[in-house]
Amino acid sequence: MALVRINGLHKHFGSNHVLKGIDLDIEEGQVIALIGRSGSGKSTLLRTINGLETFEQGEIEVDGEHLHPRDTDLRALRQKVGMIFQQFNLFPHLSVGRNVMLATQVVKKIGEKEAEDIARTMLLKVGLLEKFDAYPDQLSGGQQQRVAIARALAMQPRVLLCDEITSALDPELVNEVLAVVKTLAAEGMTLIMVTHEMRFAREVGDKLVFMHHGRIHESGDPQQLFANPQTPELANFIGSIN
Amino acid sequence: MNDISTWDIVRNLLDGALWTIGLSLTAFVLGGIAGLALLFARIAKNPIPRRLAQGYIEVFQGTPLLMQLFMIFFGSSLLGLEISPWIAAALGLTLFTSAYLGEIWRGCVESVPKGQWEASASLALTHFEQMRHVILPQALRIAIAPTVGFSVQVVKGTAVTSIIGFVELTKTGSMLANATFQPFMVFGCVALGYFALCYPLSAYSRYLERNIHGSRAH
Amino acid sequence: MAYTFDFASVLEYSDALLAGTVKTLALTAVGTVFGLGIGILGAVSRAWKLSPFDRIFAVYVELIRNTPFLVQLFFIFFGLPALGLQLNEWQAAILAMVINLGAYSTEIIRSGIEATPRGQIEAAESLAMTRSQVFRHVVLPPALLKVWPSICSQVVIVMLGSSVCSQIAAEELTFAANFIQSRNFRAFETYFVVTAMYFLLAIAVRQAMVQAGQRLIARRKK
Repeated sequence: MALVRINGLHKHFGSNHVLKGIDLDIEEGQVIALIGRSGSGKSTLLRTINGLETFEQGEIEVDGEHLHPRDTDLRALRQKVGMIFQQFNLFPHLSVGRNVMLATQVVKKIGEKEAEDIARTMLLKVGLLEKFDAYPDQLSGGQQQRVAIARALAMQPRVLLCDEITSALDPELVNEVLAVVKTLAAEGMTLIMVTHEMRFAREVGDKLVFMHHGRIHESGDPQQLFANPQTPELANFIGSIN
Repeated sequence: MNDISTWDIVRNLLDGALWTIGLSLTAFVLGGIAGLALLFARIAKNPIPRRLAQGYIEVFQGTPLLMQLFMIFFGSSLLGLEISPWIAAALGLTLFTSAYLGEIWRGCVESVPKGQWEASASLALTHFEQMRHVILPQALRIAIAPTVGFSVQVVKGTAVTSIIGFVELTKTGSMLANATFQPFMVFGCVALGYFALCYPLSAYSRYLERNIHGSRAH
Repeated sequence: MAYTFDFASVLEYSDALLAGTVKTLALTAVGTVFGLGIGILGAVSRAWKLSPFDRIFAVYVELIRNTPFLVQLFFIFFGLPALGLQLNEWQAAILAMVINLGAYSTEIIRSGIEATPRGQIEAAESLAMTRSQVFRHVVLPPALLKVWPSICSQVVIVMLGSSVCSQIAAEELTFAANFIQSRNFRAFETYFVVTAMYFLLAIAVRQAMVQAGQRLIARRKK
């Protein structure tokens, strides 16, 4: 039984039909790499999975939590779905530790002491325990993104959404973030990543999903698809990236 | 009328200035509380409070303060309430202040980047929790400089209440000018009095404005 | 106890209301034109540190922005005759409006000028333009466009503030209201109507200013 099921998803931005019937099942522990040109709908698809975008038709199910068009109570779903953003979006007024603790205390009502223990564990995992009392603006971009990952992990999500999480980083900082993601994948975390890092997608991904004009144009094993794309659009896309 | 000495003038003006300060503080505190309510109405998800707050703000920002004071003064007597100039002045200036502060603060809330809303939403915080823990603490920091800056407008606004008979600095000045036949000196002193109240606030607001960019966000 | 509203008794004085409206608008128009003129001069002096004018304008701006308009008006009308400068109510009202708007627009326009990207000026200088040519063609037009919304707001604020000119017996819209309610004894209805008129005037003046701004852009683009 799939952990994430997406059925017949449609979305418009005004008159622009951006998702034209998406069906996608994701098994527990799978790493999905969503690729495609800008405007292909890949980021929008990712953002609908935790309710940051609404949709008009279809259904999303994550670990038994159902999401329908125009649902407004997203609290249960969002506790199971973590998200990492391109721009990190750390809370600048809170210390690194407080950033990681906030939702566990406010949403899960975990006590101060236990929340701090969880935060320290997660920061240790991303290699930033010593930055517990630092503030976001004292960290490099790569460090901020690793804190953002720790912040999402502290909620113990069943699935983690990554929206171009290395695109805003200087090239020399990309690897430290990818290394953390790689560890998570190895530990069996379910990951859905919109990414431009094709080598990473090929190495770590279990399934490649190529989006084109609001549809899943082609999907399958990354190694095979990269070596042998079945459609001219994917071949074209891979050619333009390399 | 030569029995009114310069000292008498200054002493009377200082008395008037105390009322100006009292009225300014009252309007600023009460207007701030009402402005906070307006802010929440203005950014509510429900469109009804949002439109009501918007209408309120447009009316108070689109009509003269003097007319607002007249409406309160004569409107209340229509309701059979004989209110003193002090009450009318405090009420009028409070409403005026709340409209401007509500709008200033809304601007501050909206200047918090959208990513902060999205990040806190994806952590399953409710709308109220997002405001309380993530948005308002950041908006507050942005809001301090323009709020202090607006306090200057409140102090200057109190001068208009002299027209409905509230005896503050300007009204005291008018009466002294009539009694002493020295309007140049009296109104010069009145202007200096306002300057002494307002300039420190303006300068402090500018100082905060400059430092907000250089300082850390915490 | 039941009170019957009588708005007809206000509308009987439509001539007075119309005359007051025209005067209020005229006061605003004159204040805007000359106030913006002062604002441009002040902004240039401040932004380019033209000694001693930059200091003079700095003091002027602080004095005006930190004192109430009503007190400025009283000082001009009642105080200046002591220096031998006798002004009638209209001269005093216009002078006060111009001085007031001049101070605010100095600050507003200065912020626009200072936001000009350094590269724009360097590009113009590298084309051998003189300092005043750079200012006229490269710095001022985009600066004015950038701050035009703030100028529109300030003009509306000054127009609404002009209602206190009734206190030196300048017969503008508020003066008309005071006059009418002393005749018809219908203070609430009178002030209600006039408040609504100010509200509409504020919308109209803002619209007119926005349109004027767009004209400015359209002409620049030709």
